[in-house]
Amino acid sequence: MKIMPCPLNGPRNISEFSCFGEVADMPEPTTADDAAWAEHVWYANNTAGVVREWWCHVPTSYWFIAERNTVTDEILRTYPASEVYNQRVEFAPKDGTA
Amino acid sequence: MPIGLLRHAVRGGRRDLPPPSELKPSYDVVIVGGGGHGLATAYHLAKHWGVRNVCVLDRGYLGGGNTARNTAVIRSNYITPESVRFYKEGVELFTRFSNDLGYNIMYSQRGQLTLAHSDASLRTFRLRAEVNKHLGVRSEMVDRKQIREIVPCLHMDDDVRYPILGGLWHRDGGTARHDAVAWAYAARAAEMGVELHQRTEVTGIRRDKGKAVGVETTRGVIACGHVVQAVAGMSSQLAAMAGFRLPIRSFPLQAMVTQPLKPFLDPLVSSAALHAYVSQTARGELVIGGGSDPYELYSTRSTLELKESLIAHTLEMFPFLAEVKMLRQWAGLTDMTPDYSPVMGESPLQNYWLDAGWGTWGFKATPVSGKYMAETVATGRVPDILKPFRLDRFATYDLANEMGATAASH
Repeated sequence: MKIMPCPLNGPRNISEFSCFGEVADMPEPTTADDAAWAEHVWYANNTAGVVREWWCHVPTSYWFIAERNTVTDEILRTYPASEVYNQRVEFAPKDGTA
Repeated sequence: MPIGLLRHAVRGGRRDLPPPSELKPSYDVVIVGGGGHGLATAYHLAKHWGVRNVCVLDRGYLGGGNTARNTAVIRSNYITPESVRFYKEGVELFTRFSNDLGYNIMYSQRGQLTLAHSDASLRTFRLRAEVNKHLGVRSEMVDRKQIREIVPCLHMDDDVRYPILGGLWHRDGGTARHDAVAWAYAARAAEMGVELHQRTEVTGIRRDKGKAVGVETTRGVIACGHVVQAVAGMSSQLAAMAGFRLPIRSFPLQAMVTQPLKPFLDPLVSSAALHAYVSQTARGELVIGGGSDPYELYSTRSTLELKESLIAHTLEMFPFLAEVKMLRQWAGLTDMTPDYSPVMGESPLQNYWLDAGWGTWGFKATPVSGKYMAETVATGRVPDILKPFRLDRFATYDLANEMGATAASH
């Protein structure tokens, strides 16, 4: 059994978790064109090595970040998303329109 | 040790391939990846387009990657007309393959049965059957009584978690010896002057003014007119050397083989809801495959969870296999795209051609992709049949959305 150390629930079977891909910053909605969105939505680094990914513990709906080696299948570190996202993200357009 | 075996060990190598040679300083076409796809492209380039100054590079050995790791299913019962048209020609080329190449690939067209365990599956099967029939592919909906006739040993009781409601019967489905496909292409391509260089790893792509001009390898630098990348699970890594990203994520897919049994299972049986498909090989082993692993990985390790789930689901279909022993198990790397379709043709780099994104649908497309990749490279134009699979479709949001793919249900 592969164990994922969840920052909220402690070590749990990895089958309780879903992976949601690499942590990547969203393009700026007011300026991004179709190509930038396509790049963000469809394309991937698909890194062979250490990646930083979104994971979710499905039974508790708890989202966090895991650092993982995709070659050795080792989980190196997991931590709450607040460690990275410590600023409020403003989705409203900056110029106040729309 | 039997004398015959000892003699083979001493002589070594394959008799149908020339001995290893030095790399030439330049080739018209360098194909990266010595699997079925790369070799099929080389064969068709030499055979039909007169392009013979071609080399195929592989960091491992001939057909040692996904060509030898897939579950050898050949079918064309997809759901989008673009895919059905493409894989239909794939099946036709497989049907003629042994004669065309003079090499026995043990092709066996015995039909494929896909099981539905929900009303939603029945609805998509109906759509698939109609799309298939419209394009000349033999697919039809079958009910429980017909399923019993097609596979008498299938467990059809209702006392299971997912009772069988109906099925999609695809007469054109079949199987073949997968590594023989790579061997056949390699042997015939070599006869026409194509060079195969095994244990030659590509370490970089030489570029000049937006054009691919050469390939750096562990055995030196080669200049070339065109590069074709056909490296399956390592597609993103090679594309990174060429300077661009792909809409691909690499997942392992696990499969296994049981000990040999007397022949009892003629068609290939598959169930999307159970994440398992089963077929019996010519020597009696059951080949069992499933969906991709739940997270991305560049490792072909196996996990107990996946094996347990494969076995549990197979036993739901064939409970009498409970005492049968597993003989071998392995994993391959599937390069999954967001719309379960390949990425073929032009890349952001000129004269650098893509044959990637083959996820769980690569083996069955080996001959047809080789045929049209060769045409693409030889003419510099992407043929119409490949256009739905162009890389550019992601930038224009014109995805193929092939939900008839094996992994699409996961």
